[in-house]
Amino acid sequence: MCTMIATQIKVAGSGKAGNGWFTLGEANVSYDHPFEAPFEHALSLDFVNEALGPSARVSVELDVASARQLVDTINAILAKADRGGYIVE
Amino acid sequence: MQYATNQYEGMIAETIVIPGHNGDPIGAYVARPLGPGPFPAIVVIHHMPGWDEWYREVTRKFAHHGYIAISPNLYHRAGHGIPEDIAVQVRATGGVPDDQVVGDVAGALAYAVAQPTCTGKVAVFGTCSGARHAYLAACRAPGFAAIINCWGGRVTMEPQELSPNQPVAPVDYTKDLTCPVLGIFGEEDSGPTVAQVALLEQALIAHGKTYEFHMYPDAGHGFFYYDRPAYRQAQAMAGWKNIWAFLAKYVG
Repeated sequence: MCTMIATQIKVAGSGKAGNGWFTLGEANVSYDHPFEAPFEHALSLDFVNEALGPSARVSVELDVASARQLVDTINAILAKADRGGYIVE
Repeated sequence: MQYATNQYEGMIAETIVIPGHNGDPIGAYVARPLGPGPFPAIVVIHHMPGWDEWYREVTRKFAHHGYIAISPNLYHRAGHGIPEDIAVQVRATGGVPDDQVVGDVAGALAYAVAQPTCTGKVAVFGTCSGARHAYLAACRAPGFAAIINCWGGRVTMEPQELSPNQPVAPVDYTKDLTCPVLGIFGEEDSGPTVAQVALLEQALIAHGKTYEFHMYPDAGHGFFYYDRPAYRQAQAMAGWKNIWAFLAKYVG
């Protein structure tokens, strides 16, 4: 079913779509039917810039195990970078 | 209707613009048989993945079977681009508002009945969120002759599932339903589950509504979609057979 589980956050950075890099504006995180991945539901990440139109989009669709591992890995990488003194916020 | 290989068959299929909710112009894909008819009609409500190629194909499928079929673009106001990119935008906003959907579907119904080749009998069909929208619109925009609900999730909703865009569960409007419902469901679907389908059935019985439900074994969500791993050939063929029989009985 359509879960309607989705949240949008503002993000700063760049994303690479089919026609090159673009400035990111938002990230949409959802758990719902994927368009492409062969699962009934997937954790979808859509990195977009709504000001540039709907084609400014970089997307991934992950299974739950991959999504959880990604979250842990992101946090681990940030922690390591922080310990190394590389993060200035 | 069964066609014979020595019969003439013609169809026109094209995008048009119709007035939707609040009179807003929205796109719609219409496929209709050529000739004076008259033909029954069907409003074809697209699913969450968007106003996409599968929905173009199913709209033409209905026309091939003798229906004036109109598929309104419920995501028209979100912008334009490839259907998937637009669906991503709509998903991020929590889906299109239910009031807007009802208005857009009513606009499509009005278009259908106004056609000189239409019998005046119009069904409404949807899969996934489209089925939820079909049920909602049929309750709130009277005039439909039949509903075809293919695995519509969130027709029954828990309080925590309600949102500003979807403030009322469609099942709560069941008392206002004025046409029969065909339900096509897969036993392995996680939404609607077998239990959720049973809740919908209870509501239909409680309000004395006419319905016909089919729960297919070894099938889950979206088992008509030949382009997805969910496709189940035998169950899909059986489902379509039930759809044609239901339409013949209640719509023509």
